[in-house]
Amino acid sequence: MTSGQDIWTVIILLGVGTYLIRWSFLGALGGRVMAGWVLRLLRYTPVAVLPALVAPLVVWPAATDGQPDPARMAAALATLGVGVLTRNVMLAILAGGGTLFGLLYILP
Amino acid sequence: MSPSPEPRPRHRQAAHDAVSARALARSPRQAFWHGVVQSLPFLIVIVPFAILFGVVALEAGMDVAQVMGFSVLVLAGASQFTAVQLLSDNAPVIVVILSGLAVNLRMAMYSASLVPWLGQASPAQRAGLAYVLIDQTYALAIQHYERHPGLSMQQRLAYFAGTAVVLCLPWMIGSWLGATIGQAIPEEIALDFAMPITFIAMIAPMLRTAAHLAACFVAVLAALLLAGLPSGLGLLIAAPLGMAAGALVETLTERSRT
Repeated sequence: MTSGQDIWTVIILLGVGTYLIRWSFLGALGGRVMAGWVLRLLRYTPVAVLPALVAPLVVWPAATDGQPDPARMAAALATLGVGVLTRNVMLAILAGGGTLFGLLYILP
Repeated sequence: MSPSPEPRPRHRQAAHDAVSARALARSPRQAFWHGVVQSLPFLIVIVPFAILFGVVALEAGMDVAQVMGFSVLVLAGASQFTAVQLLSDNAPVIVVILSGLAVNLRMAMYSASLVPWLGQASPAQRAGLAYVLIDQTYALAIQHYERHPGLSMQQRLAYFAGTAVVLCLPWMIGSWLGATIGQAIPEEIALDFAMPITFIAMIAPMLRTAAHLAACFVAVLAALLLAGLPSGLGLLIAAPLGMAAGALVETLTERSRT
């Protein structure tokens, strides 16, 4: 784990940066129009950043020292499946959590 | 979006006019309460989510003050989870900040799209509004403004304030609650996987189009191939590749349609 000072650096700079992103057009940039290609890239930031972050965690979980683990893999798939089908974040989390704890209980 | 070929049925038009007339007649105080009421359903997701953030951040080694620092100063769920994950992975501070900001870049889009509706508010009002511009307040406000273009600035601001109070305060309170309860959760419960499950649950409903799927697929593939790089670095390469893939597929889809 990173030191407390580093954590506060992250909190403050991420906070300031995020605020400036939110304030950007409403505040400084006014009615300026964003280029089409910029808009196009921005649309896909969450759907690219979050999966890239999560994929290695699913395939090589820290809790099993990086060994692929059937229970965690199945939990990830259950979350994804329920999330895609229901479009409901909480249901997807419950499905994933239920699968994980169920399988950890059954599997040796 | 294609314009609908048929005109709307008469009675629906009349009903819509009545709703619009009611919206336009609201005092700022009533507009505020209207925003409050319309935000309430979102709490079903926001509160458990906030508690989860508190628990997970605590588990990753943060103290209650740091959890609150995140939820008050950053006030953006996905980027908070991202930062905590990377911090617990000992990623360099700069990588953590850049990744968190990348997740929040979409808010520049929200900011730009609110300009036609709120650009004439005072600088102080716009500065305050920017602080509480989150996914849900944005979604509610833009729908409301587009539906009732005749609203006064007072009514628009009051409605936004109503959504902000209901959606932002519970995020902070829930995080605090999670960080407090988290201390009571026994060690042997497998919380290590709460974060991945949360991320997947956030992503899944976004996979609406071929372009979103392409962005996700390319990002995942690149992240797995680059997993050997120092922590966080693979993400900074994989994410832009995914974004580019999404934008490319969107362009191609549009071209084939016209």
